[in-house]
Amino acid sequence: MPEPLGVARAVAAEAEPGEAIEAYVLRTRETDVAVLRGDVESLTVAEQAGVGIRVLRDGRQGYAWAGALDPALLDDALAEARDNARFAAPDPWLGLPTPDEAAAPPARLDLWRDDLASVATNAKVDLTLALEAATASADPRVRGVESADYHDAAIEAAVASSLGVEAATRRTACSCSATALASAGDETRTGFGFSVGRSVDELDVDAAARDAATRATRLLGAVQPRTQRLPVVLDPIVTASLLAVIGAALNGEAVLKGRSMFAGRDGEQVAAPVVTLVDDPTDPRARGATTHDAEGVPTRRTPLLDGGTLTGFLQNVYTGRRSGAGTTGAAVRDLASPPGVGARALALTPGDHTPDAIVASLPAALYVQTVSGLHSGTSPVSGDFSVGAVGLMVRDGAFAEPVREVTVASTLQRMLLDVVEVGADLTWLPGSAAGATLLIDEMQVSGS
Amino acid sequence: MLDPDVLAQTLSVALRSGGDFAEVFAEDRASTNVTFDDGRVEDLVSGHRRGAGVRVVRGESTGYAHTADLSEPGLRQAASAAAAAARGTADDTRVVQLTRARVDPAPVTVPPDTVAKQRKVDLLERADAAARTRGGAVQQVSAAYADGRRRILVANSDGLLVEDEQVRTRLSVSCVAVGDTGRRTGTEAPGRTVGFELFDEVPPEEVATIAADRALRMLDARPAPSGPMPVVLRRGAGGVLFHEACGHGLEADLVDRDASVFRGRIGEQVAAPGVTLVDDGAYPREWGTYAVDDEGTPARRTTLIEDGRLTDYMFDWLRARKEGRASTGNGRRESYQHLPLVRMTNTLLLAGDDDPDAIIADTPNGLYCVALGGGQVDPATGDFVFGVTEAYLIEDGRITAPVRAAQLIGNGPEVLRRIDAIGSDFETWAGTCGKGQRVPVSAGQPTLRVSELTVGGTARA
Repeated sequence: MPEPLGVARAVAAEAEPGEAIEAYVLRTRETDVAVLRGDVESLTVAEQAGVGIRVLRDGRQGYAWAGALDPALLDDALAEARDNARFAAPDPWLGLPTPDEAAAPPARLDLWRDDLASVATNAKVDLTLALEAATASADPRVRGVESADYHDAAIEAAVASSLGVEAATRRTACSCSATALASAGDETRTGFGFSVGRSVDELDVDAAARDAATRATRLLGAVQPRTQRLPVVLDPIVTASLLAVIGAALNGEAVLKGRSMFAGRDGEQVAAPVVTLVDDPTDPRARGATTHDAEGVPTRRTPLLDGGTLTGFLQNVYTGRRSGAGTTGAAVRDLASPPGVGARALALTPGDHTPDAIVASLPAALYVQTVSGLHSGTSPVSGDFSVGAVGLMVRDGAFAEPVREVTVASTLQRMLLDVVEVGADLTWLPGSAAGATLLIDEMQVSGS
Repeated sequence: MLDPDVLAQTLSVALRSGGDFAEVFAEDRASTNVTFDDGRVEDLVSGHRRGAGVRVVRGESTGYAHTADLSEPGLRQAASAAAAAARGTADDTRVVQLTRARVDPAPVTVPPDTVAKQRKVDLLERADAAARTRGGAVQQVSAAYADGRRRILVANSDGLLVEDEQVRTRLSVSCVAVGDTGRRTGTEAPGRTVGFELFDEVPPEEVATIAADRALRMLDARPAPSGPMPVVLRRGAGGVLFHEACGHGLEADLVDRDASVFRGRIGEQVAAPGVTLVDDGAYPREWGTYAVDDEGTPARRTTLIEDGRLTDYMFDWLRARKEGRASTGNGRRESYQHLPLVRMTNTLLLAGDDDPDAIIADTPNGLYCVALGGGQVDPATGDFVFGVTEAYLIEDGRITAPVRAAQLIGNGPEVLRRIDAIGSDFETWAGTCGKGQRVPVSAGQPTLRVSELTVGGTARA
């Protein structure tokens, strides 16, 4: 298969006078293993590639994509992108990055492991089987393993434009995850555990198995608590999902479109002083780390909340030009649409106390292990926040009975101001944010 | 789409390592998406994807490989990779004879790829203008048009060769209304397995009006109450709840892996009398409709719960083989890059006899839900949570104040048992189901009442 940058260059070179062309080429090799009851349920090997083409003419942008790189499809996609530009509204801020906008020196990151490809498929299968076995035997109350999976990907992306901007990035990623089923009598609880890395030897199968079993078994006997107001402690995984929603409101595109609760609030105190939040894709520990964004602009560390003060928003070239803030190298895209704006590596500055110390300091609280309905129940526009939760009650500084069928509600604005403490346990997770234990002052906890 | 002789040879290569079953699934999908925001066309995007996946099943294990290269060598390479992934050791030579099955794709009057792009843009301009006439408080209107033409081909070692063409068209309009209480969003997004004729039945002005009025009404919304209470679900609004909280537990793959509350309960009374739940991929024109599934099995209606009694699960080829029965036509995949899974199509809780107005009049106090947002469920326990995007208090049998930021939280089987009124009306809702892979589905239901459901609102306790 041809090199991504070569393909992107060839498309960009088709630009005619009066038009600018950018091609974004993605190539991925993936392995997926799923096991069930000690046997391979499925093993998938795949190589895929595709291209997204932007054409700009007279201030109008057209876009087309193809899920393959054969010449006929590339030609069609370019022709469609040119045609589509005729229907779009002209917009003076639209355009491809200029070499000046992409001139910052990129971070030096080592995100590729050659050995991911050289590890035999059988070894990946054996790892997944070991994960299933370890999950099943982690606790006598685990009666089954709903799923045990392994996934890896080697991802190469390239951007080339007729304005002369070029970038190529590559990274490897692998992960394994298990869901344990724990039972007592008629009751069943599920728990999820995982491990992520850039190569197979970075995966911690035992930790994933242990987490899955613990998170399932400690919910056995869960009851619905009475409705009350309580301090809430968020598990690092929950904090990471919450940061993803807050990141959506710190997105320059959402701000321009009036779809952010933070619009027009730069410089204001929007969170408690313990809250310092950055997006830093140049941190190699972040799963979303990359040297260049989806427009070929070098990535950088972008402070968003500093001691609770709103200091900035994430921008791509378009939103950066229109807002006057300039791109922060935060363009993201899938093939099927032109570049948007998004966080890749959100992280809170960790505090001083371990999760155990935080729990030990609380006379009464709700520890939230998992939330559900985050996408339907939260809004980066209004800040409404209402989610389903399972977890454990905290009494006199220790975990007490597990709870289920609980909703936890507030507004994102209130929650940010009510953050009491960020834990010391910064944990990099799959997705665009790192987690840490988070203590939030009173929230509405609804049960019976 | 592909030459039958090449397909037969590809299947022979796939079976070489001793597989019991091999299949080629090929797909060619073209789409048009137009997004309209802030009074102008934001993007017009054309997309085209094609490729094939080769599956080899050996015992309980499946090997899969996919490729975007549909040439004879490309397919052969994928077949070899799938055979290797099935981890067999045999060296078999089997010849496959393919027989083409007749299929009548869902009828399309106006194929969207024959419609000029300008007409698709015009629809969005009409929607934008209509939404803005609803009042000055409607400050933002965004609208999106989407059409897709998906051609699929399935060839397998049982000799099946079948092709289908699925055309889907959708319009969504989202409005933000601004008032003293903040910003409220209203969305409406009808979609069907039809062509551009969708807009003869569903004019864009109508869609925009629903979205705008929804946002405007929510401006007056107060925080929702919390705690257990009777909940009336308006027709069409609650289908997604039954899809998530009951339907997933009736998918045979989850049943097989002991991750369903409905496992081993066929024949039992699992819902209130009068509750009948079906999954119907053959229901004409709905968002989840097709002629054959992504394994070549014809779509059909499967009765899952009849008058409250659990009657059957949904099956794909693999899970049906294990049970020694036929697939129910529920084997679906997001694309050729995915293995088939048991998936719902159009999941419908059928209408009953009660007058919908009388159901409300008969409810002294409770919550009336007109639109639900997304939700999430743990099929192993049936526990679910759903966001409510439009809801009102019921006070003394009358619909009164709008409320916001509510979640419904409960347990699927419990909700089924607590349905105590089933209306004679019926409506469906189009959405996307994400069970690792995203596929179009619809859900439908009459106005009905759940005697008690926990509402999680933000009103202070």
